[in-house]
Amino acid sequence: MKVRQKARYVDASRCTACGACAEKCPTKVPNEFNFGLDMRKAIYKDYAQGIPSVYTIDPQHCKVLTGGKCGVCAKVCQAKAIDYEQKDSEVELNVASVIVSTGYELFDATQISEYGYGRLPNVISSLEMERLLSAGGPTKGHLTRPSVIHGEARLKELQKLIKKAEKAENADELAALKKEQEWLVDHVQRYHTAKKLGFIQCVGSRDFRFHKYCSSYCCMHSIKEAIIAREHEPETVSYIFYMDLRTVGKGFEEYKVRGAKVSGLRYIRGRVAEILQDKDLNPVVYYEDTEQRKVVSLTLDMVILANACSAPKGIVNLASMLGLELDENHFVKTHPNRPLDTSVPGIFTCGCAQGPLDIPESVAQASSAAAKAAEVVMTGGRAVAV
Amino acid sequence: MEDRGTSEVRVGVFICDCGSNIAGYLNMKELVEHAKTLPNVVFVQENLYTCSEGGINEIKQAIPREKLTRVVVASCTPRTHEPLFMSACEEAGLNPYLFEMANIRDQCSWVHMGAREQGTERAKAQIGMAVAKAARLRELSRIKLGLTHRAVIIGGGVSGMSAAMALGNMGYEVDLVEKTDRLGGLLNELNLILPAHEPPQHLISDLTERLQANPNIKIHLNATLKAVEGYVGNYVATIAENGSETKIKTGVIVVAIGAKVLIPEGLYGYDGKSVITHLELERMLGQGSVSARNVVMIQCVGSRCDERTYCSRICCMTSVKNAVLLKEADPSVNVTILYRDIQMYGVENEELFRKSKEMGVRYVTYDPTRAPVVSEGVVSVYHLRMGKEIALPSDLTVLSTPLVANEDAVQLSSLLKVPVNENGFFLEGHVKLKPLDFATDGVYLCGNARFPSTIREAIAQGLGVAARAAGVLSKEALYTSGIVADINPETCCGCLGCVQVCPYGAINYFEDRGICQVNKVLCKGCGGCAATCPSGSARLDGFSSEQIYAQIEQALAG
Repeated sequence: MKVRQKARYVDASRCTACGACAEKCPTKVPNEFNFGLDMRKAIYKDYAQGIPSVYTIDPQHCKVLTGGKCGVCAKVCQAKAIDYEQKDSEVELNVASVIVSTGYELFDATQISEYGYGRLPNVISSLEMERLLSAGGPTKGHLTRPSVIHGEARLKELQKLIKKAEKAENADELAALKKEQEWLVDHVQRYHTAKKLGFIQCVGSRDFRFHKYCSSYCCMHSIKEAIIAREHEPETVSYIFYMDLRTVGKGFEEYKVRGAKVSGLRYIRGRVAEILQDKDLNPVVYYEDTEQRKVVSLTLDMVILANACSAPKGIVNLASMLGLELDENHFVKTHPNRPLDTSVPGIFTCGCAQGPLDIPESVAQASSAAAKAAEVVMTGGRAVAV
Repeated sequence: MEDRGTSEVRVGVFICDCGSNIAGYLNMKELVEHAKTLPNVVFVQENLYTCSEGGINEIKQAIPREKLTRVVVASCTPRTHEPLFMSACEEAGLNPYLFEMANIRDQCSWVHMGAREQGTERAKAQIGMAVAKAARLRELSRIKLGLTHRAVIIGGGVSGMSAAMALGNMGYEVDLVEKTDRLGGLLNELNLILPAHEPPQHLISDLTERLQANPNIKIHLNATLKAVEGYVGNYVATIAENGSETKIKTGVIVVAIGAKVLIPEGLYGYDGKSVITHLELERMLGQGSVSARNVVMIQCVGSRCDERTYCSRICCMTSVKNAVLLKEADPSVNVTILYRDIQMYGVENEELFRKSKEMGVRYVTYDPTRAPVVSEGVVSVYHLRMGKEIALPSDLTVLSTPLVANEDAVQLSSLLKVPVNENGFFLEGHVKLKPLDFATDGVYLCGNARFPSTIREAIAQGLGVAARAAGVLSKEALYTSGIVADINPETCCGCLGCVQVCPYGAINYFEDRGICQVNKVLCKGCGGCAATCPSGSARLDGFSSEQIYAQIEQALAG
């Protein structure tokens, strides 16, 4: 098989990951690893623990690679690792077995317009929440509301615009800008930290319009995020809107019960119909509380959507290259009695590529796939037949 | 206590932020400044993540550059990260036993989240103690051992069979030990497997035939594990089989003893006739002897309660499956499932759940504080959505009970010295990262012995265990830890105190010389002998009295 390795424009054998290049690089780009909640440079590394610990140049934004002038990173790099001439390379591998472990993609919640994702600033996805809670994330683990994060960036911009307007003596524009500035300063102060959180389960899962299946891990994921939020900020209260709380793993049910007892989690059985927002950008959730048999609304600081586990878009291409059968959801097709085997002998699959799974099951399956591949490799292929 | 000179010792201290796990709760600047003032410390470095490739490289570079002779890392926990830092030292040419760790996350920042100042003081003391000990560490070496390339698997259910199959296919010799007279475990008692409507016998006989055809695999029926001696790579397992006992040399042992269905004595009027378990329903379905017109199933009977806090994972899908089979046999039968949360996770399960609804299975949620009441021919329950009590006619009530640990689990747990949790299920090395390993090397777990699992999951775990075991079996040699005990023959008086406390049988008494001696291969470094020895002759390398007293003095001085 042929594997293409994309050019990173940095010599991996020389780079010591000292970070001097990224410090001096003048080009700022929204950081996709943090879902645009902060900026990275055109030469970057996703996160501190990434392996290999080597920087990469983004050819779409680097001034040199887009035909402009710069070269700052090459100047500051003491290891002489920068190589603007690097090309994609092809590696030919002779293998006895292949494991497809291509994982999943987050369901695009903009498709559910009534939830306002992408439109309401304080409605975010479960992975954006993960970045907000992360010490290595855009807020260093502090639960700053996205409207405040964006507001602070806008305030910096406004300062410049106001100076410009003052110079140009444009009174109307100045008044409008000042009004916006005043509102934002107040907003950033009053609504800085999100303390009243809503978690909405089954966003795109168990939904006939999108994915009919259950994504398996989201109930626990939301409970975990809510508990961690509370550890960061003891005043946090979380509401989890669910259909069934599927805490089926070892220790999961106990974790859920503890969440309610010690971490201020409130589990509300009911579907959320719509999310609007008030004038202070607080999301207002309209839902049916099936325990109370009432339709009610609740104003929150932030709403976190438990996006479904979707098959990655690229899997169709990969499957046709390898000749694999996919199921109707585009997960790699397996049989319950042969959970690692694909439709092609010698090609195995594990993890969310074959359907939604939580971490312990994924880790266990990864070992299983290794065992299947080892059978093939260690017996010179004889085990493929059985 | 005699203190050898430490004046030549150069200690490097690496203090980890662990993202915000440590830095979020302790004053890192103060820790760094404090470490700089400690005796023998010549270099201090703070890292965002010391365990990252960058952090490891910094350790490796600092050792030759700063001429470090000892390394201390103050971070998460030695449980997961000590081997990584030790190998970083080794790669930089420093004996790995000249490394010491201060556990300032699990034992400090996580415990003292709300007390920044006191937590910081405590971490300072921990770092000081680690440095004091590090200065007195000595080079230790590991012993090379041979190993037996063979596996013993305890339990011949689908998980154990899958593990045996994979290891046999990889070319290792396998002994599959089953206590009953047939393979297949709990699967033998089931009716049909959905979605394919497959009799489980197909799966069992397919696996059995392939196991029998593989010359590497030996199946022992009516057999149990009686005794185990040895250690990873070199176990001797005594198997009792048909009245005789055989000793098998093996490199690894797999625990796959399964679980059993709870019999709900005293719950909901269980009588085995009109109020039955799912296992009993499966038997009746297999015989075609179900004649009930109205069937009510109750979920979470004996689970998710004070006595058994866990959700047993597979009972909802069993109920849904049997509801579908009842409806398929006769669509006019009324089937109602009383549930708390319907646990049909994943793709196939949710599909089956949906199908059952299309077939007319009725689902009613109940509140465990207002549990259903079963009486003659009627099950009444408070309907949460209607807000009132309803009465459901029922000529057959099926109780969905959890899987509970086998009674053999406790005995096996003590034979193998591996733990079980509060519910009697075997406890893995790490819930997320090591689901199939025990903390003890060379012993693994899979299937229902670990936690209730579906057939798909039990097979996957069995195969996964094979890969974990092959990780040991594929090696040509193993190395012991350098942390082992030693007894000074000059001062030993042969009192046998150590022999009695050693849980590993690693100490021998030599009558001719009147002294005790440690077998360093069997020794696990627990230190029981060193603590017991009245003459101070037994010592544990890496935890000598000199090192521990230095730590205590440092702690008291602070």
